[in-house]
Amino acid sequence: MPLILALDSSTEACSCALAIDGKIFETFKLLPRLHTQYILPMIQNLMAEYEFNYTDLDGIAVGAGPGSFTGLRIAAGVAQGIAFGASVPLIPVSTLAALAQQSLKFDTQYVFTCLDARIDEVYWAVYSTADNKVQLVGDEQLCKPEMINIDLTGSCYGVGNGMAFIDQMPELMQSGIGSFEIDVYPHAAAIAELAVGYLEQGMAISPEDFSPTYLRNEVTQN
Amino acid sequence: MKVLGIETSCDETGIAIYDSEQGLLADALYSQVEIHQQYGGVVPELASRDHIRKTLPLIREVMNKANCSKDEIDGLAYTAGPGLSGALLVGASIGRALGMTWNIPTIGVHHMEGHLLAPLLEDKGPTFPFVALLVSGGHTQLVEVERIGSYRLIGESLDDAAGEAFDKVAKMLGLPYPGGPHIAQLAATGEAGRFTFPRPMTNRPGLDFSFSGLKTFTLNTVLDLLGGDTDTTTIDQQSKADIAHAFQEAVVDTMRIKCQRAFQYTGMRTLVIAGGVSANKRLRDVLAIMAKKEGVEIYYPRFQYCTDNGAMIAYAGCQRLLAGQYDDLTIRAKPRWPLDQLRAL
Repeated sequence: MPLILALDSSTEACSCALAIDGKIFETFKLLPRLHTQYILPMIQNLMAEYEFNYTDLDGIAVGAGPGSFTGLRIAAGVAQGIAFGASVPLIPVSTLAALAQQSLKFDTQYVFTCLDARIDEVYWAVYSTADNKVQLVGDEQLCKPEMINIDLTGSCYGVGNGMAFIDQMPELMQSGIGSFEIDVYPHAAAIAELAVGYLEQGMAISPEDFSPTYLRNEVTQN
Repeated sequence: MKVLGIETSCDETGIAIYDSEQGLLADALYSQVEIHQQYGGVVPELASRDHIRKTLPLIREVMNKANCSKDEIDGLAYTAGPGLSGALLVGASIGRALGMTWNIPTIGVHHMEGHLLAPLLEDKGPTFPFVALLVSGGHTQLVEVERIGSYRLIGESLDDAAGEAFDKVAKMLGLPYPGGPHIAQLAATGEAGRFTFPRPMTNRPGLDFSFSGLKTFTLNTVLDLLGGDTDTTTIDQQSKADIAHAFQEAVVDTMRIKCQRAFQYTGMRTLVIAGGVSANKRLRDVLAIMAKKEGVEIYYPRFQYCTDNGAMIAYAGCQRLLAGQYDDLTIRAKPRWPLDQLRAL
């Protein structure tokens, strides 16, 4: 089993995790606006605790987005810096997929993941949970809550701080989602779990080739 | 000591390796100017995103050019501020994480300290103390430099930076971004004496600047010529050149007057001029005449180090690292960071 360091700072939460022989060890903290102070010491301490050097790693997994632009930049820079410095590949993992992974513990056929994208929009995606593996259905999207358009037959669990906008989502959505949870953030532990599989599937890339998944690309109005 | 320098504070990705024994080993620069040109100025979010794509490839390029392996780099310096917050964050995150991974001392450098020390990259650089005129798109400052890190701000622009005024007047005349080189080129064909623009804040004592009024004066001059039309880019080519000439003369002459005053005020005899506007040839010519008259010495960085670059950050960082200064694991990105709050060496 590969040794993977995962990190995420895409939301108010900041976390890092190590996947060691299929077991996950995580440090997770809610740190709004403090990621720049804590993310590197968190990583350094975790590596020291389990007595690994960066060059021991088989890959650096990173919460690639969507999420806060500032948070994505920090995670991207840190992951690129470590991966380049230690000559190990980088494994991008969707923050929405991480939320879905965290929801596998619930008995549901689908997970609707939804993050607050500010300016009255949300980032969202739907994942199926067949065989206890999250599988993206369609694409990751950005739109106003009232514009979300999915057609699901089967149980669906909603997760992420974007679920705070459920009242604005279409009627059909509201009735389709059995239950939901708002105060859930992407975890590095889930990113590490997914990254183990991604690495086996050859989805690791060179750190030079990495760019976050912003979803919002109309950014020139300043 | 070999130091890797990373600069991403605005719209240029600059990387370099400076060796305290052998000088600059290699540097590389990627300018985003084409990305921002169509918007008439830097779009911060686009700048940040592009730095993420360019920083690592440039680091690799510089290490190859310098024939320098990872274990040979002894220290790392990145621009911690001032600048665009998102852009700074990219270089800071990569730089600080890379320094941690390589287990080498790492320091966040003040961008303007990089600029004002840039002439020291030359074989015949200035000696301390000196007066520095820092002129760029974001800054117009006169600084009394006692030694590295000991800076006293003695004058600055109360509104637009000089480079910003160049950009805005260029836009007014329908010239591309960035405006400085285009205004300078056009001014060369302008007729002296057709227009005379004011020298802001020179008729009263003090070392501060103001370029906002000059910009408005320029606009009004153009509108007068148009007599009713409001599309300022439509005036005839000769008038554009004459206005560019008058504007540049006003900016350059204002700087000359303030530099002369700075000599009187500080008693110093050496002037360092740095920042993007220091590449302006007319400014260099006028100040050279002034220097001869006053019997003072002027130092500039070479042209490629007038604008943002990684070499100046590697150099400034190296000086601080050699003095035993380095940072903890905090990723430092300070969009606003007064120059006189630095630690002296």
